[in-house]
Amino acid sequence: MTSRKIEILVGLFVAAAIAAFFMLAMQVSNMSSYGGGENYELSARFDNIGGLKVRSPVSAGGVTIGRVTGIQYNSESYEAVVVMAIETKYDKFPVDTAASIFTSGLLGEQFVGFEPGAEEEFLKQGDVIDLTQSALVLEQIIGQFLYSKADEEE
Amino acid sequence: MFSGLIDRVAHLGAATIHSFRRLGRGSVFLLEVIASCASLFTRPRLLIKQLYSVGVQTLIIIVVAGLFVGMVMALQSYYALIDFGAEDSVGVMVALSLMRELGPVVTALLFAGRAGSALTAEIGLMKATEQLSGMEMMAVNPMQRIVAPRFMAGVISMPLLATIFSAVGVIGAYLVAVELLGLDSGPFWSQPQNKVDLYLDLYNGIIKSVVFGVVATWIAVFEGYDCIPTSEGLGQATTRTVVHSSLAILFLDFVLTALMFTK
Repeated sequence: MTSRKIEILVGLFVAAAIAAFFMLAMQVSNMSSYGGGENYELSARFDNIGGLKVRSPVSAGGVTIGRVTGIQYNSESYEAVVVMAIETKYDKFPVDTAASIFTSGLLGEQFVGFEPGAEEEFLKQGDVIDLTQSALVLEQIIGQFLYSKADEEE
Repeated sequence: MFSGLIDRVAHLGAATIHSFRRLGRGSVFLLEVIASCASLFTRPRLLIKQLYSVGVQTLIIIVVAGLFVGMVMALQSYYALIDFGAEDSVGVMVALSLMRELGPVVTALLFAGRAGSALTAEIGLMKATEQLSGMEMMAVNPMQRIVAPRFMAGVISMPLLATIFSAVGVIGAYLVAVELLGLDSGPFWSQPQNKVDLYLDLYNGIIKSVVFGVVATWIAVFEGYDCIPTSEGLGQATTRTVVHSSLAILFLDFVLTALMFTK
């Protein structure tokens, strides 16, 4: 085989690998959701975040508008502080917007859901959402249910 | 009776010393190879030629294997997940397992079998027919001329092959899940886009395949360079290449997974 042919085949091989990498990066991984969009940060305090994780989606009306970027525990107020990056194009959330932690499906992943309020002012970079509702923890609900059952029987 | 026992103990000791000696020789050899790799910058043509025989010629088996691994995984995970009504997760399951584990590992095992054994046999035969000593006589350093290009070609080819393997596997899974089993193509692509992380999954998979490439090629060229220059010794060296690199790959995969994917 001539060295010209070999060089062409090696070039095709490398090109195929690069194409495969781009296919995996763009089509299969979350690279496209990193893509270029500018974000602003909001935070919210919850009593209990359940199974929420960093990179969990933040959605409003079922549409993903951002992601959770950090979760800390505030040991003075005994609350979990969830930091979220919201895409800048969704910057018209009133200041009395409520943030709740929902579960997709019965046992699915947890996400933060926004329900817009009615104020005239909008949330901006660094604001804290006050109206929050914690995650429903299945064990607690079952526990409460059993207690109430036991009370009824007495 | 006692002398038989003592003989056995002595034999065990000799075998242990022998294997440690080989490990030491192998490590020194690896350093020598890395030092000789610098000379490749002045002679890229040698590298291109080896990239062809190590990388391009391994490509067909990688593509075929990747396609079928992806197809089988889609089929199996479909039957397991449909009981829970979670068959939409076939895409993310196949993509994650391919990028994290199967892509690098299966590619490395096939690579050790296809390219590693060929490297050992080639270099071993050069040693047996005294081509390597002939080169030294002509003041050509066989490390720079023979070993370094092959080593470097292996290290470069492995991540490329593993990436192609994963991509082809995902396409195979798509063919089975969407075209054959009739799943919706929306969740097949959108679930991985939500759950597969570019850095954590794709980049770590590539780091894994680079490590496997270094280890598999190192073992292959060392076994060839160090073999007993007879037809029997050459055969043993080729077998050892495949066995040792497969074991090393599986062991390292466990170590790397434990390091990368635990929080």
